[in-house]
Amino acid sequence: MMEFAWIIPLFPLLSFLLLIVYGKKWGSAAPYIGMLLTFASFIVSLLVLVARFENPTYKAEATWLTIGDATLTAGFEVNQLNALMLVIVSLVSFLVHMYSKGYMQGDERISVFYSYLGLFTFAMLGLVLSPNLLQTYIFWELVGVGSFLLIGFYFYKEEAKAAAKKAFIMTRIGDVALFIGMILLFWQVGSFEYDEIFASVSAGTISSEMITLTAILIFIGAVGKSGQFPLHSWLPDAMEGPTPVSALIHAATMVAAGVYLVATMFPVFAASEAALMTVAIVGAFTAIFAASIGLVQKDIKRVLAYSTVSQLGFMMLALGSAGYVAGVFHLTTHAFFKALLFLAAGSVIHAVHTQDIEKMGGLWKKLRLTGPLFLIGTLAISGVPLLSGFFSKDEILVATWVHGHTILFLLAIIAAFMTAFYMFRLFFLVFGGEARGDTNHVKESPNVMTVPMWVLAFLAIFAGYINTPWFGSFLGDWLTDGNAALGHGHIEGPIWIMGLATAVSLLGIALAWLIYSRKSLSRDWLSSRAPYAYQLVNKKYYIDEFYHFTVVKAASILSRVARLFEVIIVEGLIKLITAFITGLSKLGSRMQDGQVQTYGTVAFLGLAVLVIVLALTGGYL
Amino acid sequence: MSTVPISAYLTLALVLFCIGLYGALTKRNTVIVLISIELMLNAGNINLVAFSKFGMMPSIDGQVFALFAIAVAAAEVAVGLAILIAIYRNRKTVNVDEFDALKH
Repeated sequence: MMEFAWIIPLFPLLSFLLLIVYGKKWGSAAPYIGMLLTFASFIVSLLVLVARFENPTYKAEATWLTIGDATLTAGFEVNQLNALMLVIVSLVSFLVHMYSKGYMQGDERISVFYSYLGLFTFAMLGLVLSPNLLQTYIFWELVGVGSFLLIGFYFYKEEAKAAAKKAFIMTRIGDVALFIGMILLFWQVGSFEYDEIFASVSAGTISSEMITLTAILIFIGAVGKSGQFPLHSWLPDAMEGPTPVSALIHAATMVAAGVYLVATMFPVFAASEAALMTVAIVGAFTAIFAASIGLVQKDIKRVLAYSTVSQLGFMMLALGSAGYVAGVFHLTTHAFFKALLFLAAGSVIHAVHTQDIEKMGGLWKKLRLTGPLFLIGTLAISGVPLLSGFFSKDEILVATWVHGHTILFLLAIIAAFMTAFYMFRLFFLVFGGEARGDTNHVKESPNVMTVPMWVLAFLAIFAGYINTPWFGSFLGDWLTDGNAALGHGHIEGPIWIMGLATAVSLLGIALAWLIYSRKSLSRDWLSSRAPYAYQLVNKKYYIDEFYHFTVVKAASILSRVARLFEVIIVEGLIKLITAFITGLSKLGSRMQDGQVQTYGTVAFLGLAVLVIVLALTGGYL
Repeated sequence: MSTVPISAYLTLALVLFCIGLYGALTKRNTVIVLISIELMLNAGNINLVAFSKFGMMPSIDGQVFALFAIAVAAAEVAVGLAILIAIYRNRKTVNVDEFDALKH
């Protein structure tokens, strides 16, 4: 079965091509085309995953280019991580396709929307299947294009346009670093192949400084894509896109590509303690930094966006603590519960037509299906025991502790506490209490939207059981099978960590309940006591403002200087040349005026010139 | 008997030729232009005569050529003036500036 894995990305590509050509004509049939084709790729992915359980890694390649001694290949590979990612991506993509049928109902550009979704899914699946860095990079950029198109889907809104550009440019900054790292690796290894890179890393043919440098450069690429600090600020703005897109791209799949890249390149990172340390510190800092911003946001999607940034930080922390399994495991569970949360949030927005949580409230009784689904997602992300997020977060904490990062461990615990708090703050403000806005016309979303959420809710609850300390670490053993560089399938940690994680998440929930549901603590208690701190967090630590006054200003000054150079020097030079040529030709045309006398003058002058030349050169020209 | 050196003849011919050329290229009246052309022709005649005396093989040939040239020039002027009169009848002008049919 695995030899047919190349067909998986082609289904969404076909969907993209069909809809981009015939979309207008087919109109309302477009969603069905998209759903059918992504479902096909999901089925094939599932078969490939099942086949991968039995068989070793499959890899097929063909020569693409030969440049000098170097040969570039293109092909596909099915290893454990790929097979898992294929299923996650195609499943979430299929569910989002289905959900969008209801959410985008009545939008006249729905076929365009589906074609973009197809393009994105194609790129993401291609990225996952790539067996070498160059191919990964190509799909990496394609994924960026898909994200750009979908964020800017409502291009008539200024914010959406700005957000799309911001997302594209900020991720490009990371991509440049990734590209440099890639070229350095090629220079050192002579190949883009993952296998050969890992082989020369473990053989020690690359100096350890070079490994650290390339690993960090590649990590910067992942930072851009996964919205890690300091390149995180595009991700919350990307919420201007339609909500299903946020669920697919900016929660479950594309932003996980950075984590995936680090996981794929893990042997390189593992060879350098400094690189691992960098990953862990950036991850832990991002986790707590984004969680603190999430505490005060008032837009339902932005809270979720910051929580995504924070959870991606957790994954990076896990990878940086040599917890390969923990990182990939959290990536998997996060894909399910975060997609669920976004889809549920979309369902709420669909019902009340606002994203401001201050205008919601009391929706539990109105949205009898969305409410419980949202609660499941919230419980899962908060790390409440027995749900998927609990197990994966526990793995991360254990990995961090065992690796000896005590400070990072504390940061992660605090971030976990904040996560539970802000998620339940969101839940109580949206669903609990009395209605603060007009909710008379609120209706539950249609089945086509709730069914995907049920599937995701099921996975959000049970996906954790593939890797638990109680029933065996099936996922971990399988992921690390036959590859010692990835570490152990299960990291044994002290049992109190699990207790602490549970306590912290329950504490966060309890605090949120006290403040936002029972109201026994005033909401303003903290903000009125520390107004400056509140303001700082509320303004997202002024990161955007900081970038505006440094990077953006510097770039605009540079561009002005460049423009002046262009206008004065380049254009001036060009004008000079054209003026000279024009003048010459004008003179020529003035000569030809039909007057015999003028012609005679020209002929005589020509003769004179010839004679002078002859006299000066002595006839030996 | 003091002889006039050849350089004097040649200088005279050169000056005459240049005056003729200048007139032929700048004057607006066609008659003056024709007269200027005669000057240039005669500058050539002076050269022929001068070299028939001072050339490498002095002989009478040069003077014969000069006489021929004068005869031919007379014929040419007759034809030229006839053409000029024909143009004048058509265009009612002898101004060279007006004759720019070559342009079209």
